[in-house]
Amino acid sequence: MRFSRTSKALGVLAVAALALTGCGSASSGNSAPTAAGDPNKIITAYSNEPQHPLIPSNTNEVYGGRVVDLLFEGLTSYDANGKSVNALAESIDTSDGQNYTIKVKKGAKFTNGEAVTAKSFVDAWNFAALSTNAQASSSFFESIEGYDAVSATKKETGADGKSTTTPAPTAQTMSGLVLKDDSTISVKLAQPEADWPQRLGYSAFMPLPADALKDPKAFGENPIGNGPYKMAAKGAWQHDSQIALVKNADYQGPRMAKNGGVTFKFYTDPAPAYTDIQANNLDVTDVLPTNALKTYTADFPDHNLNKAYAGNATLNIPNYLPEFQGDAGKLRRQAISMAINRDEITKVVFNGTRIPAKDFTSPSIDGYNANVAGSDVLKFDAAQAKDLWAKAEAISPWPAGKTLQLAYNTDGGNKEWIDAVANNLKNNLGIKAEGQPFAKFAEILNLRKAKTLPGFTRAGWQADYPSLFNFLGPLLKTGASANYEGYSNPEFDKLLTEGLASKSTGDANKKFTQAQEILFKDLPNLPLWYQARQAVWSQNVTNVDSGWNGVLLYYNITAK
Amino acid sequence: MIQYILRRLLQVIPVFLGTTLLVYFMVFALPGDPIRALFGDRPPSEAVIAALRRQYNLDQPFWVQYGLFLKNLFTFNLGVDFTGQPIAATLGRIFPVTAMLAVEALAIQAVFGVAFGLIAGLRKGKLFDSTVLVASLVVIAVPTFVLGFVLQLVVGVQLGWAKPTVGANADWGTLILPATVLGLVSFAYVLRLTRASVIENMNADYVRTATAKGLSRPRVVLAHILRNSMIPVVTYLGANLGGLMGGAIVTEGIFNVPGVGQKLYQAVIRSEGPTVVAIVSVLVLVFVAANLLVDLLYAWLDPRIRYEK
Repeated sequence: MRFSRTSKALGVLAVAALALTGCGSASSGNSAPTAAGDPNKIITAYSNEPQHPLIPSNTNEVYGGRVVDLLFEGLTSYDANGKSVNALAESIDTSDGQNYTIKVKKGAKFTNGEAVTAKSFVDAWNFAALSTNAQASSSFFESIEGYDAVSATKKETGADGKSTTTPAPTAQTMSGLVLKDDSTISVKLAQPEADWPQRLGYSAFMPLPADALKDPKAFGENPIGNGPYKMAAKGAWQHDSQIALVKNADYQGPRMAKNGGVTFKFYTDPAPAYTDIQANNLDVTDVLPTNALKTYTADFPDHNLNKAYAGNATLNIPNYLPEFQGDAGKLRRQAISMAINRDEITKVVFNGTRIPAKDFTSPSIDGYNANVAGSDVLKFDAAQAKDLWAKAEAISPWPAGKTLQLAYNTDGGNKEWIDAVANNLKNNLGIKAEGQPFAKFAEILNLRKAKTLPGFTRAGWQADYPSLFNFLGPLLKTGASANYEGYSNPEFDKLLTEGLASKSTGDANKKFTQAQEILFKDLPNLPLWYQARQAVWSQNVTNVDSGWNGVLLYYNITAK
Repeated sequence: MIQYILRRLLQVIPVFLGTTLLVYFMVFALPGDPIRALFGDRPPSEAVIAALRRQYNLDQPFWVQYGLFLKNLFTFNLGVDFTGQPIAATLGRIFPVTAMLAVEALAIQAVFGVAFGLIAGLRKGKLFDSTVLVASLVVIAVPTFVLGFVLQLVVGVQLGWAKPTVGANADWGTLILPATVLGLVSFAYVLRLTRASVIENMNADYVRTATAKGLSRPRVVLAHILRNSMIPVVTYLGANLGGLMGGAIVTEGIFNVPGVGQKLYQAVIRSEGPTVVAIVSVLVLVFVAANLLVDLLYAWLDPRIRYEK
């Protein structure tokens, strides 16, 4: 009796279990395989909730940036090699690098039918720069004359003695930005900057339709652009879940969509996305979980990417350190550079996710040259390093018992490679070297600014726009904003100035390459490796590649 | 009875004020500047920072900020978070998802836990009982994230029976995998509680009386043994519901469920005080409601329990 009852109960349970799992598999029925190369396939891609409403000038982080880049088209855009090409600009002319005349192409439209004119740009830029609009990318307009007036602040001291800063613009628009007619913009910069047009492909410089300025908040929810994609529908941004974009059939430009649309699925953690790619439940991810960095090439043979982008890592040498000055200093810099085994460290410590540096810039930049004269100093050669060090010792000996310190911040996973570099120096040069940990990068920066850091420091640079100059000027020109180590060489400065004044990018790049030759002689810092983008994709897609800044070229991805 | 419920509800007010104050203070005391954290390596102009700080009242002292929060709360205006999203809309989005997940997990652990526990208790010492005991011990011993990853890999990737993650399409079907993981651990506890309780009640006088009276076996088991065995189980399930509604950060993370746990985690990381406090406020109410429900269920299960005036 009892036996039969329990077996009945078990039977009921089994039925319940079947019903539950059944309802699970019913909704998960894999979508029918799409025909080979289906041009209308919707690509699903890893992303996360954007941090701001989708207004181009207020989008300064990666997850909003990738959406805005696809929704809008500016005066210029960047091709896969980081070359700035005209998009909506008919021409961008200047005779002195300070005054620009921009002709805007006619006929382009926003997806709501409104024409894209010179006014769409001028109004958008003035909106973005005005401090009371609190746009995250407002500082990108700092080169334009009149920016200081629209971004003015005033300091007030309250009753409690605490001073607060409040925005107090003295003008609503920038005086250097003038709308000449429907298709002409004239721009006056505060000082000559010949590479200024190369910045115009950045999202801060996108045009906006008139509606956007009337109600930016509502616009940011359902942005209307002029790019290769448009929002799939009103409310296509499902917060904390996904953003669905579809191809903009009216788009004419260099970035034509080769798929039917891109749906960005949000993941707060990269691990489930990786699993989803394995199950073909997601098409592409550009952020890999740390534990997959060792295995992703084996997990996804022929379906993975590891490509350098416009960022690098260097070991910087303060020029106030007496041991690194003069002829002996030069020899020591070379010796240390040649004692570092970049190939081995990138392979062992980084699992190949960094790429050994061959110059001071990045391979994803137009004009990159892997064979700049003097770049041999970046190749590992223990014997020659020892030799060079001995020569330096003959001129002026290394202080007895001195340890070379390598400053790094502990919050960014730097300890492993700093230790590896220190070991390289110990083993190959026979000197004492060790890492000098700091909790935050800002602490090191303060010491660098005060010129009291006792040794080398790690540093990294992420390009704002794809230009060789952006890796050289702001970091190494005499007195430049990020030249904390105080490097100064008039010959180098002269070549940079000549480069900026060049008529063509090709000529400019020649000058910048010559400038790099000087850097290889002086070694103001030691280039270590380039940052690289890793991505994996499912069986359903192909043609996945990343652009100059490491962002995937979503518009090029096709169905398999 | 009604008086009892009213008094319980009145107790909510100090609990609510206390927890929100505490949480608000903890988020306020988090190191780092939330506005500067919104920007990466390229800092914005001072003017933009000042404008944002004023927009979110971050230039005010703590008490003013907390006061403004309370004022907004009682006028049913939760404000916007740092991404410009209305917080009320966020709550309306994440709580249904987590509620679905919690109810499904609770159903799994209650149905299977009580059923297996009852059978095991009735067949004490038999093969079924020992097997279930050992199996439940294994489930308790294995950490949730291991269970989650294994189930996800086997069912989601290798067998392909269900999608490995939930994402935008959260419904009863897609949530079955995370709900199973979430329910499994408590399932083992429910099973063991039920079993122990059933074994104890099987030898109770009233059960012997009921059998002697000639009642049918199903009636004895369901109305006398099971019902009286439910009190510790219901207490446990009720407390569990509150916990489940708090969002399972690990499980939601593994299966990418856009629920309370994920949002709370993200809000803490981004130092979004208003969002954290809003979510926690709702959680406080859920906990209080779940506890009240459990206390009321006692009387239904065991009429000997009466509420003091």
